[in-house]
Amino acid sequence: MIARVLAVLVAALVLAQPLRAEQVVAGLSQEAISITTNFDGSEILIYGAVRRDAPPPGILPMEVIITVQGPSRPITVRRKDRRFGIWVNTEASAIDLAPTFYAVSTSAPLTTALTHTEDLRHRVSIPMAIRAVGTGLLDQGRFTEALIRIQGRGGAYQLNQGDVRFREETLFDTSVRLPANLTEGDYTVRIFLTRGGEVVDVYEQFIPVRKVGLERLIYLLAHERPLIYGIVSLTIAILAGWMASAVFRYIRS
Amino acid sequence: MQIYLPIAEVSVNAFLLLGLGGLVGVLSGMFGVGGGFLITPLLFFVGIPPVVAVATSTNQIVASSFSALLAHLKRKTVDIKMGCVLLVGGIVGAAAGVQVFAVLARLGQVDLLVQLCYVVFLGTIGALMLAESLRALRRTRAAGGVLPKARKQRTWIDALPFKMRFRTSGLYISVIPPVAVGLFVGVLAAIMGVGGGFIMVPAMIYLLGMPTKVVVGTSLFQIIFVTGFATLMHATTTYSVDMVLAMLLLIGGVIGAQIGTQIGGRMKAEQLRILLALLVLSVCAKLAFDLLVMPAELYSLSDRRIGP
Repeated sequence: MIARVLAVLVAALVLAQPLRAEQVVAGLSQEAISITTNFDGSEILIYGAVRRDAPPPGILPMEVIITVQGPSRPITVRRKDRRFGIWVNTEASAIDLAPTFYAVSTSAPLTTALTHTEDLRHRVSIPMAIRAVGTGLLDQGRFTEALIRIQGRGGAYQLNQGDVRFREETLFDTSVRLPANLTEGDYTVRIFLTRGGEVVDVYEQFIPVRKVGLERLIYLLAHERPLIYGIVSLTIAILAGWMASAVFRYIRS
Repeated sequence: MQIYLPIAEVSVNAFLLLGLGGLVGVLSGMFGVGGGFLITPLLFFVGIPPVVAVATSTNQIVASSFSALLAHLKRKTVDIKMGCVLLVGGIVGAAAGVQVFAVLARLGQVDLLVQLCYVVFLGTIGALMLAESLRALRRTRAAGGVLPKARKQRTWIDALPFKMRFRTSGLYISVIPPVAVGLFVGVLAAIMGVGGGFIMVPAMIYLLGMPTKVVVGTSLFQIIFVTGFATLMHATTTYSVDMVLAMLLLIGGVIGAQIGTQIGGRMKAEQLRILLALLVLSVCAKLAFDLLVMPAELYSLSDRRIGP
């Protein structure tokens, strides 16, 4: 029994060896992203290098794929149809989880840089990042397409093929544009190193996106003390209304 | 200057919002309306999520109505007793309206409901107002400014029980019609994000037979409490009142209202009413157009945790 376990472990080590031959080390231009009052989107620079302990293995082309993923949420996609002469939401598809932000940047066309099998395993491409199972709709595909299309228009889903640039043979960088309507949470940056479409190494890092200052205060108050928040909003409104009439009366007299 | 709205979670140009508030303020000052029916659709057009637009405009109406109510209280043109009776219905209506709103938000039909309400009510009121003011304009031209006075008739309203005396309005009527009017307006306030003055003022004059001079003040009194209550309900059930958005609209609104009052003072009442009717009808037409024409994007997204 012990011998068998050992054999498996040794085999695993041997198999793991080529994976260890090349590794990704990387960094981000920002430690965290703060949503302030004048927040209007942001850009993160992702850079890295391929570390080798041995000369490059084989002649298969090396590619880099970088994904940035925001927190996922359940999303409902609805379709309008004409009913009684007006356009009304009729069919709906409840998608289990869809990222609020997802960007894929590659050094070559995605289909070249990654095989379909590897895409399934690591969930890299945009359709793979969306989880929609058992919705019971015949044309679920169309709803998923619509989700990708609408999110893509606002810059929430991006496919930037060829945006990862190699500086030297082993140095690479790219920048990802984050839109203004970011959702708070921990964003995951994944860097895939592939050779001939097979994933050689994966590097993962988190980047927190947080509201700060006044934005944070207001958001927290609204969600954790909604009654107090409502009363504060009303008080501000009433004071503003009273002040406005007082000021204008003063101006006129 | 872009500003990030913490609850709506979108970045919008601050001057656009100030301008929007100002524009609606000018109109509300000119015509003596709250402007809720204009501000909510305008917020839809600039990309504020409908739930946030409705909830925030109720907050904005509180502010704009409050300064107007102060002026009316000073002139003693508020029937507080009548206002309280209307309010009873209004609170119940607003509570029910917010629940309906939350259910429909889950079903994805809230946009449709809001749009349909706007088309139906704005269309009806706008058309009635236009017809009435055109007739009044023709009549003043023909009769040299003398309006025929309608004789007060006994109607089915006088036959209802639970009568109460309203000294300021000089009325002795059943409390059922005012409660019903209040209820109806309360529902509209919650669903459409409006004060409901455009429904309440005609209802008070034609249905309850209240004297015109106390109508506006009394409706403002009821509106403040109902929209204030609706704001609290929205804040606690859908978490969708955006304080920053409300502030920006408010600043524009109060300045605009003062300018509007000046402009309004220089125009004839009939002209003002025709303009207001045309404005109401054009908002209605725009919304109806959106419902009837095939949209460019048939699909829409909504976050299941908070509604559309």
